[in-house]
Amino acid sequence: MLGHLDPAKAGAGLSQFTGAFLGPRLRPFVYQVLLAAALCLGIWYLVSNAAQNLFELGIAAGFGFLSREAGFAIGETTLLSYSAADTYLRAIVVGFLNTVRAATLAIVCATVLGVVIGLARLSTNWLVAKATAGYVEVLRNVPLVVQLFFWYALITESLPGPADALHPFPGIFISNRGLVFPILKLAPVNGWLVAVIVLALIITVAWILRPSSTPTSRDKRVGIPIALAGGLAAMLFVSASAGIELDYPAFSGFNFSGGGSLSPEFTALFLGLTLYTAAFIAEIVRAGILAVDRGQFEAAYSLGLTQRQVMRFIILPQALRVILPPLTSQYMNCTKNSSLAVAIGYPDLVSVANTTINQTGQAVEGIAIIMLVYLSISLAISAFMNWYNRRFALQGSRR
Amino acid sequence: MSGIANHTAARAESAFQWLRAGLFASWPSSIATVAILYLAWRILPPVLDWALIQAVWSSEHPALCRQLTGQGACWAFITDKYQFILFGTYPADQHWRPALVLVILLGLYIVSALRTTRWSLLAALWLAGLVLIGVLMWGGVFGLRHVENERWGGLTLTLLLATFGIALAFPLSIVLALARRSDMPLVRWVTIAYIELIRGVPLISVLFMASVMLPLFLPAGVSIDKLLRAQLAMVLFAAAYLAEVVRGGLQAIPRQQEEAAQALGLTYWQRTWYVILPQALTIAIPPLVNTFIGFFKDTSLVVIIGLFDFLTTIKISLSEPTWTGFGVEAYLFAAFGYFFFCYPMSRYSQRLEQRSAHGTALGRAT
Repeated sequence: MLGHLDPAKAGAGLSQFTGAFLGPRLRPFVYQVLLAAALCLGIWYLVSNAAQNLFELGIAAGFGFLSREAGFAIGETTLLSYSAADTYLRAIVVGFLNTVRAATLAIVCATVLGVVIGLARLSTNWLVAKATAGYVEVLRNVPLVVQLFFWYALITESLPGPADALHPFPGIFISNRGLVFPILKLAPVNGWLVAVIVLALIITVAWILRPSSTPTSRDKRVGIPIALAGGLAAMLFVSASAGIELDYPAFSGFNFSGGGSLSPEFTALFLGLTLYTAAFIAEIVRAGILAVDRGQFEAAYSLGLTQRQVMRFIILPQALRVILPPLTSQYMNCTKNSSLAVAIGYPDLVSVANTTINQTGQAVEGIAIIMLVYLSISLAISAFMNWYNRRFALQGSRR
Repeated sequence: MSGIANHTAARAESAFQWLRAGLFASWPSSIATVAILYLAWRILPPVLDWALIQAVWSSEHPALCRQLTGQGACWAFITDKYQFILFGTYPADQHWRPALVLVILLGLYIVSALRTTRWSLLAALWLAGLVLIGVLMWGGVFGLRHVENERWGGLTLTLLLATFGIALAFPLSIVLALARRSDMPLVRWVTIAYIELIRGVPLISVLFMASVMLPLFLPAGVSIDKLLRAQLAMVLFAAAYLAEVVRGGLQAIPRQQEEAAQALGLTYWQRTWYVILPQALTIAIPPLVNTFIGFFKDTSLVVIIGLFDFLTTIKISLSEPTWTGFGVEAYLFAAFGYFFFCYPMSRYSQRLEQRSAHGTALGRAT
């Protein structure tokens, strides 16, 4: 019916045609030379057009604009101080840090929530299984932008103003200006000390949780690190409580002062990103556990292991091997999705770069920066997960 | 009599057993059940009251919406703006054309989902359908008035972006997937670089590239309109993701198929077209549907570069002074709109997955 459109015949015809002139060994070589030539020509054509257009617009190509004064304010500068008088470079770094902040927090919370929901979907409790299934279906089938708009509208339109903010716990205020909460204030010296101890604590916990293949050897090793972790935690508490004070927010005049705060934009982005990603992670976790052969459960139970032991030593290690690769791509998706922040006005990398492009006209450089940053984040996450995956792989089955 | 009584008793018994096993099997399970029921009792009645009972449906009295803010939902907003949300700024007297396009699109989706039509016939149907849609939307022939594509919008535009995007990206993705497995190193490297670059960056950056950067790369005097640029960006984006799905299908085909075809004396294109692709694409259908769902949701990102799709028309309606401040209602409606299309698709792909898993399990057993 579509015989005249048949690419098999067209391709075969092409092969015969070229085959008549070129031997089978020369043909691939010629094809590749042609491809390289076409690529070079195309790139040369585009670049020469761009050079001409930029010249007419009076825009100097290159990254020189990064050291010029940005002249626009950024609403959120939590990790690095910034003012309109700073350079474009600093503005973009601030945007990048905002992206990292939102994405990291969302990834951590979405993982916890996703694992809980994924396990709950497999619950024998009918109500729990159905409720979590409903959650997953709804969240996965609505675009993230719509969800972000929804949370943002809910926060800014439906919550009361700061004067009569919701006040569920002492020191916590929820209003259409975002979330305000008390924070710990540390003397600078204590701050460094605490940082060092926290780092030590993280390393210890990572040591405890490091993957191993045999359950028995791990049971023996666990005692000392746990004691070590406990000791470090105690040191942390003692050293911190020496110079610690709680900074309570208070309502004064038109807004809150003191304490920490999360803007409506950040809260909406964090909520939307976390709930959306959690739904996908839940499906990955569920599929991972279902992928473990039923016989593994039965064999483990018949060995006399308890339900906890079966999960811990038999099912989860096998499920994790199935879960990790798609989980990695979910983490990358979550990072890339955080760029939707631009839709609700959270000053992430894309938003700041977009403002920069609009002000300077340096579209090529601006988009190159965005793409480079996301590519490096993606590559870094995938490199880390590959390393982790190798540690988890079965001995002898490494590929 | 006693038989029926026994039967009823047995049913009551089994219902009781089900309740016990399903809701109160253990202490934690019972606590979870009670907690969920309590939450539902606390949350559902006020939400239903707000969304249905106290809600304002008629758009004749917008002031009523303001009075009831916080007590009842304002659906009047949608009954007032539904034409804009469905068709954008398409001329009002020509609304039957995008309406017909919506019907044709839905028809094509359903016919494709039935999987009873032959491949070749289906391809012909799609080709005819897409041409007909183009004629209806653009006009300018057969006595239809020409409508420039700046005026296309609403749900129609969302479906068009998604459908044309996939229809164009799919063939491209097959070429990419084959090129990625090519014996020629340069072909392979170029394809891998392209696929990994696109998959490593967010769609927004690709859309920005099309809307801000692409005009710079065109010779002076040549311009491509915004809709076409966005569509191009989405095709290039979707093709990279689809290519990986198709590659998954290709990898699932045992080497012997290729070798057997080679032994029969078939050329590369004949092997690919008659032996490998039909099998690979059949395997890849469920993940392809999942990619399509993701792509359909992704069309909503054009809101950021200002195309008048389903979401943008809703957002713009909200900026009218009469309807400002009803964002919660508006975005709930938007969510419902997308859910209406994505949920059946996701159920469909789940069913296919289950069926194919069943098939392979049986295949292994025999």
